Formats: sequence, C-alpha cells, structure tokens
Amino acid sequence: MGKKQKNDQPVEFKSIKDMPDTPTSVGSMLVNKTSTWRSIRPVIIDEKCKRCMICWKYCPEPAIHPTDPPSVDYNYCKGCGICYEECPFDAIIIEQEGK
Amino acid sequence: MSTEVKAKKRSIKLTLPEDEIMCPGHLACQGCGATIAMRYALKALGPKTITAIPACCWAVIDGPFPYSAASIPVYHCAFETAASTASGISHGLSSLGKTDVTTLAWAGDGGTFDIGIQALSGAAERGDNMIYVVYDNEAYMNTGIQRSSSTPHGAWTTTTPVKHYKKGPKKNIMEIMVAHHIPYCATANIAFPEDFVKKLQKAKTMKGMKFIHLYAPCPTGWKHPPRNTVKIARLATETNVFPIYEVENGVYKINKRIKTPKPVSEYLKLQGRFRHLTADVIDFIQQGVNDRLTRIEKLEQAFGANSQDSPTS
Amino acid sequence: MKKVLTGNFAAAYGATAAKVNVISAYPITPQTTIVEILSEIVADGELNAEFVKVESEHSALACCIGAQATGARTFTATSSQGLALMHELIHWAARARLPIIMVNVNRAMAPGWSIWADATDSISQRDTGWIQMYCENNQEVFDTVLMSYKISESESVMLPALINLDAFFLSHTSQVVDLYNEARIDQFLSKYDPKIKLDVDDPHAFGALTSPEHYYEFSYKMHEAQINAIRVIKEVGQEFGKIFGRTYDLTESYRCDDAELILVSYGTIAGTAKEAVDQMRNSGIVVGVLKIRYFRPFPTEDVIKALHPAKKVGVIDRAVSYGQSGPFFNEIRSTLYHESTPLYGFIAGLGGRDVSTHDIENMVDIMQNDPAQDLIWIGVKNVD
Repeated sequence: MGKKQKNDQPVEFKSIKDMPDTPTSVGSMLVNKTSTWRSIRPVIIDEKCKRCMICWKYCPEPAIHPTDPPSVDYNYCKGCGICYEECPFDAIIIEQEGK
Repeated sequence: MSTEVKAKKRSIKLTLPEDEIMCPGHLACQGCGATIAMRYALKALGPKTITAIPACCWAVIDGPFPYSAASIPVYHCAFETAASTASGISHGLSSLGKTDVTTLAWAGDGGTFDIGIQALSGAAERGDNMIYVVYDNEAYMNTGIQRSSSTPHGAWTTTTPVKHYKKGPKKNIMEIMVAHHIPYCATANIAFPEDFVKKLQKAKTMKGMKFIHLYAPCPTGWKHPPRNTVKIARLATETNVFPIYEVENGVYKINKRIKTPKPVSEYLKLQGRFRHLTADVIDFIQQGVNDRLTRIEKLEQAFGANSQDSPTS
Repeated sequence: MKKVLTGNFAAAYGATAAKVNVISAYPITPQTTIVEILSEIVADGELNAEFVKVESEHSALACCIGAQATGARTFTATSSQGLALMHELIHWAARARLPIIMVNVNRAMAPGWSIWADATDSISQRDTGWIQMYCENNQEVFDTVLMSYKISESESVMLPALINLDAFFLSHTSQVVDLYNEARIDQFLSKYDPKIKLDVDDPHAFGALTSPEHYYEFSYKMHEAQINAIRVIKEVGQEFGKIFGRTYDLTESYRCDDAELILVSYGTIAGTAKEAVDQMRNSGIVVGVLKIRYFRPFPTEDVIKALHPAKKVGVIDRAVSYGQSGPFFNEIRSTLYHESTPLYGFIAGLGGRDVSTHDIENMVDIMQNDPAQDLIWIGVKNVD
C-alpha cells in the first residue's frame, strides 16, 4: 500500500489481470469502519479533561486524536473502554450505544 | 491525523512520538494488548521499517488481502520462521546496500518460545541484524487459547482446562536469549510505552540481534474485560509477575524497581483464567514470583553496571 | 573457460556466474560441497554476496524467501531429508511468487539412511508450484542454473525452480564443463529487478489472510505462470544456444525419429539409456530415448509429438509412487491417454543401485517380447 493509498477506499479488481500475482495489499484497513463493533461509547467531558493525553496514549486502534481537547474518532472506536479505565481524572464517561 | 493536531497551537505534551503509522480499522479484538504494542513499535522505529510476521494474532490483525493496517512493508511468513525470514530480509537489504532500514521480527509467544525457537536461536547466534519483539500473551490466542510454553503456572487454557490447569512455570525466554551473548535483551510492558519506545530506539542504533520480550495482555484469552488490558499489564509489573529489566552487552539493569510490590492475588483476581485458583496455589505462585525476582536482582548485583565482576559476555 | 568439475562444483559456479546476492544453505550429504565451495568463493570476495550459514534447511529457505522478497537474487541447495524439511516453505516460495533457484542433489529418503541417488525426494515436491527439472550431466547443471534465473525471473513466470542432479553419479563425478566468458554471461542474464518488493518507499503487506473470494484466483495465476514457463523455457533455451552454442528444450529426443521403441527417462539414467541405444542400434534394434528435462511444467505436447511414431514406449523411473507406479510413468500414461501405444513402466536404481546399459537392454527385451505392464521392477532381488 503506497502512501498515496492510505485512504478508506475499497479495492476492487475488475479483471484477474489487475490482481497481483501473490496476495499483496493495495489498500488500507481504514476501509474497515469498526464503529459497528461498539456496544459502549466513550465520551470525553471537556471541563474535567486535563489534557494529559493518557487516553490517546493507550488507545489500541488508535481512535483518539491528540487534539485540544482530545477527540474520539467514532468511525473506528471499538468501545474497548481502556480510555475510560485509564483516565486519571474521570473525564471520560461511558454511554451505552443504541440508547 | 497529525496535520489536524499541528494546526492547533497547544501546550499539550505528548510522551510518545506523535506520528501514527499503524492505522485504525484493523481486526484486533477490543482492548488487544498486541495491537497497542505494534502502534508503539512503529512510533518508535518509524516508517523505514520492514516487519516479518509469522502465524500469530498479528497475521489476522493487519487485515485481509488486499488491505493492511501496519502501513509499512509487512512480510507474512510461516509460523516458525519469524527470525529466519527476518534474517533473509536483513541480509537481502544489506546485499543491496540498503543500510538505513530496520528489520523487525514480530512474533507471538507460541512462534517464539515454542515453534520458532530454533530459527530465533540460529539468527541470534549468527548475529543477524534485526530487532525481534515477542509480544507475549501467554498462550496460542489466534487458534483459540491453547497453552504454550509461555503459559504461567495455574492458568486455564482450552488445552489446560480448569481441572488440569497449567502446571509449572513459563519458560524463561530472557535467560535463553541472554545466553546467546547478543548485544541487547530487554523486557517491556504495554503499560509502560515510554520505556518500550526508548528500548526500541536504543535497539535500533545497535548492530546484531536485539531481543525484546513484551508483555501484552489478551482480554479474549485471559478472560478479562477489554477495558482492563492496561490495568492488568501494569499490575503484572507492580506485583513483580513481569519485572522490567534489560541486559545490554551482558550488563543487567532493572529499569523499574517496585518499592512496595502488590500481592500477586491483585493481578490474578482480575483475570478469569485464574478464577479457579485456591489460596495455596496463589501462595505457590507468589513464591515463584518472589524467587524469580530475587534471581534477577542477584544477576543485577553480580553483573550490573556497579558490580565488581565483569559482564558475562 | 573450460574446467574439470563435479556436478556440485558446476552448480556452485552456476550460482556464482549468476551473481547471486544472498546464499543461504545448510550442509547435507551429498550436497555439502556446494555449500563449501560457495562459502569459499564468497569469503575470497570472488562473489559479492552474503552467505547466511543457517541452522537448518528450513531456515535456509525461509532466509532465501525473506531476501528474495527485498529484491535480492538468491540461491540455495539441499538434498533428500533437507528438501523434505523445507516442504512447507517450498509451497510458500512458489505461492509468494519468488524466483528462488534451488539445486537438489537427488538422494533417497530414510529409513534406512541412504545417501545414494533416488528421485523420490524431489518428486514428492511435485504439487508445490515450483518449476522442476532433471540434469543429465555437469554442463547441463551449470547451464541450467544460469538459464533458470532468466526463466524464473521472467515477468510472466515469477516462480522458483528446483534443479535436480543425481547423487554421486553427477554430484561427485568430474566432467569437463565450459564456464564461458563472464561478459557474455552478463549479456545473457541481466540484474534482478522485480516490479514489486519489500520497499519502505512503497509499502505493501505480502501474503495476508486471503479469503475464498481471492485464493482461487491466485492458484489460477500460478498455473498460468507454469504454462507460460513452457514458452519461456524454450525461448531462453534458444537464446542460450545462440550465445553459448548449446540449445536446450523441455525434452531432448535421442534417435527417436525412426524409433519403433522409445525409452523415456530423466537424469543420469537418460545418459545411460543413450549409450545402450547406440549399442542396440548396432545390433539392429530400432530404439530411441526421450529425455524429459522438465517435470514441471510438464511438456505434454512435446511428449505426444515425440512419442507418436513409437510402436511401444517404456518409462524408466528412479522413484516410486507407492501403491500406484513410477511417477514419470503416470505422467506419460496420462499424456498418451488418447494414443493406443503399449506402455511399460520400469522401476530401476532406487537408493542408488546402479542402472547399467545391460539393465536397459533387458528392459528393451521385455518390451519386445512381453505384453505391456504398468509396473516392472528391474533388478529387485529374491522376489519369489
């Protein structure tokens, strides 16, 4: 996957000739919006957040941007809850999805 | 992601390199320790890295053809060949005069402690130039939680069911690797990413085989809520179940000294895989943890930077 | 430049002439001298390559796979048990479409321990997707190593190749080998430069999880590449002939044009058969030899064409497909399915037992006098 191809576009092969000879990636997993995996949703409470960025640090996706305040990318957040568990300031709350 | 950040002036200090190389959308379970691990490794080593990944969770996590999440060159290789494939990559690159690329072998505990140990031993003895990271989740997780020689005493797995839980300590891979007289061996823990990143960056500057034993909890296999991955990893070190130390050219150094270690029960009780353990088994595990730490402390006393004796290698 | 060389030295000089970048191999009798001479050639700086002295054949091929994937040209050599140990990675190298060249000294499989000639080791690797060929003499070993790089690295092929030579009969037997002129070799074989490789400036993941949606097509493309190799082997064999004076094809017909009886074989037995044919022709028996050089891709059309005039065909195998018949015999029988030619399947020389011109004459005698039979054991002792 070239740097140019680091996008969320699906790859389709119109002809077998377009396929590589051996399984070779030509697209990015950004195509796979994992938001559907989520049953709980972390929400960052701006007033409580001290910008320590621990939530960003421990996110396995990564789906937290180190912005001011940090922001959750809900396209990819799988709702593991690590950010909620690790936040030292109780600045992240968990909401149930679908409610 | 990074452009957005740079657009905003802020006083936020990040303790890890900001650039994200690994992208989201990958296939890791929620709260996967091995995935946080790769994120840190690529932050530490940068985009000029080529990785060999054998059969392990990461063979799936990176994504199916025609996609990839790592966003660096990834070579999927046979189960027992992380080190030997990486040897080939490393020699291939150097034969073509490409000296500014890091070769990273990235394997699980099964692929390292068990089926891949011969290739790893060979590559270490030859001094092939690579960083080898074993992300240790203490069982064959990708095939559905079967015991490996890294599974600790007392643990449930699908091949060590509760009535016949794993007996005997996990293999001491660090001492095996130290015995190869390689320039650098270190343990690291996903709960302490700054230490892991520092160790990778140090390893990157060294020639030969550099080995990192990385502790990476698995919520699926350890039977704990995904949110507890980092908490359990941290407890592993705070209880001395997984001490953080390094052996650089034979010189031992404990990187994280735990002044008042917590009892192992605090670590064990958060994980379903240990739920069946009785008090006497927990005592036995505590004794093993104490003994192993004492051993490392004595090695540090004997072969540390301040010791009178010369290093082993 | 001509030199007197063993088959193993011819193989090592072939790899040297191809200017390989990475060699990785492990010692096993009777391949060991290939490893020895190459480590000396590399250590002396006669070849600018890296020699990775691995701890097993399995790691040897894994190492070649990793190195070849970076765009390096690689070489390895093994035999028998070593080839069997590599089996998993033999599939891997082909499906990864890496044009690795491997020399295999055909040796019997244990137990009992045998270091002598037998093709069962390589034939067991039939369905891995590798190009697979058999050499008759040491010149052919040298020439084939050289040609194989060009064939395997061809964009329409991109498959690894296994070059087989019989234990001791070639590996340790000295013959005159023309090593040609270096400048002409460089003119024949250009640098390996694959379109896609492990490259930090153009990152790809190779060999990822492949669902039923795609796996089938990769297998189809591998077969397509094998079929393409038939054309490429012929083209490269012709070009080689123009430059070096020796032309090669997938098969070699020896006195077949007017032959009533044709013996089909491979490796050194084909050479012995040629000699026996000359002798028999002197006594009025009109017989010829079809030497099969390439087992994969199998030269179906060439075989049909070459065997068409024959009244009877005999196939000599130095290998057995247990519970069936000789493996080459199976190929010939299926190739001649639409012909009515009587076929004789001979097994001979297993575990390095000598196959003499007398044995070959005996086979022809059976073809002349007995009804066709799929499985005839030549020289097996003490059978009631």
